[in-house]
Amino acid sequence: MTGDELLDSLSRLLGAKIQSRIEFRGETTFSIQPEDLHQVAKFCRDELSFDYLIDISSIDNFGDEPRFEVVYELYSMTLAVHLRLKLAVSEEVCAVDTVSDLWPTADWHEREIYDMMGIRFNNHPDLRRILMWDGYPFFPLRKDFPLEGLPSEMPDVAFTSAAPMEGGPFVTQPSTATAKDREPRAKRPDLNQ
Amino acid sequence: MPQIAAYDSKIEGNVIFTQLDAAMNWMRKNSLWPMPMGLACCAIELMATAASRFDIARFGSEVMRFSPRQCDVMIVAGTVTYKMALAVKRIWEQMPEPKWCIAMGACASSGGMYRSYAVLQGIDQLIPVDVYVSGCPPRPEALLEGLIRLQKKIEGESSFLNQKPKLIHELMPEIEERTPPRPSIRGGVTGGTPSPSSLV
Repeated sequence: MTGDELLDSLSRLLGAKIQSRIEFRGETTFSIQPEDLHQVAKFCRDELSFDYLIDISSIDNFGDEPRFEVVYELYSMTLAVHLRLKLAVSEEVCAVDTVSDLWPTADWHEREIYDMMGIRFNNHPDLRRILMWDGYPFFPLRKDFPLEGLPSEMPDVAFTSAAPMEGGPFVTQPSTATAKDREPRAKRPDLNQ
Repeated sequence: MPQIAAYDSKIEGNVIFTQLDAAMNWMRKNSLWPMPMGLACCAIELMATAASRFDIARFGSEVMRFSPRQCDVMIVAGTVTYKMALAVKRIWEQMPEPKWCIAMGACASSGGMYRSYAVLQGIDQLIPVDVYVSGCPPRPEALLEGLIRLQKKIEGESSFLNQKPKLIHELMPEIEERTPPRPSIRGGVTGGTPSPSSLV
């Protein structure tokens, strides 16, 4: 079957489990409840041949309720079809079932999400930090964590401190001006030409 | 500059007169074996400098010994993350005196473009650096220039007193006025865990 037929059949078969279906420029995204994740993922892998989990990522909508979203990018290598699954995770729950028993690559992706965002994964074989060290007290990619970092100390393991910002992150503003005018300049006027 | 006696091998034979400092510094600077602390992209340029076109071996850095016990100069090439920082310090402490450090690239000198929660803002927060080579990454010629500057710095050093600086300063404290100890940064050259309170 073709890609579109596949995704239509997915809508019909899963029916109520899909909260919304968005199609944008040929990309299909299904929103589902976190409780249905494992069942839907297993169905996608077994019945619909989505054998390749490309990526899992997470979004922090700080101030919105529910706070987090977890996004699964699936791909079918036999049919060349992409699919995106989105879950909404609230801050109180902050936990999702693991899919590492379905796609073993999810192991490290979920560890990274735990490390950076703090979302736990139930029944994960080895849920611990992967980029920062065990015992680091913060979740760095949350919106309420500052860009320059926070001081922390673990004797003999690692330490961190806040990086000096010198006036803030210098960001190029999008515009049609030339690069000379778009690029941010130093705050001290005597350092400019 | 130390005075070196004029030398004519027909008259004097194969003997030269010189100062101990000059001789030892000459030997040290012309055989600086690097400890390549290649952490990120600058390591590629370090490899390029060691390869045939730019050939760091011409300047005495014949072998890149990956054992710190056999090295003279640590070339910190790449971004030093906080996760790696204490490992770099441990390797530095395992290097025997006399030892020097070249901070290669923007990230090793000052944290580079990464003003973030995970990157140490310059390896000089942990170990004393002798030469900073700027660039992202620095060209191999720039690293060679840094090595040559280090060689010039070694020429001017007091070679014997640099051998065991802490021991000498303990035994003969008056020497401290003539040759101040290497800057003791965040716990000193040998040991001590760094504490964040001394940073900005």
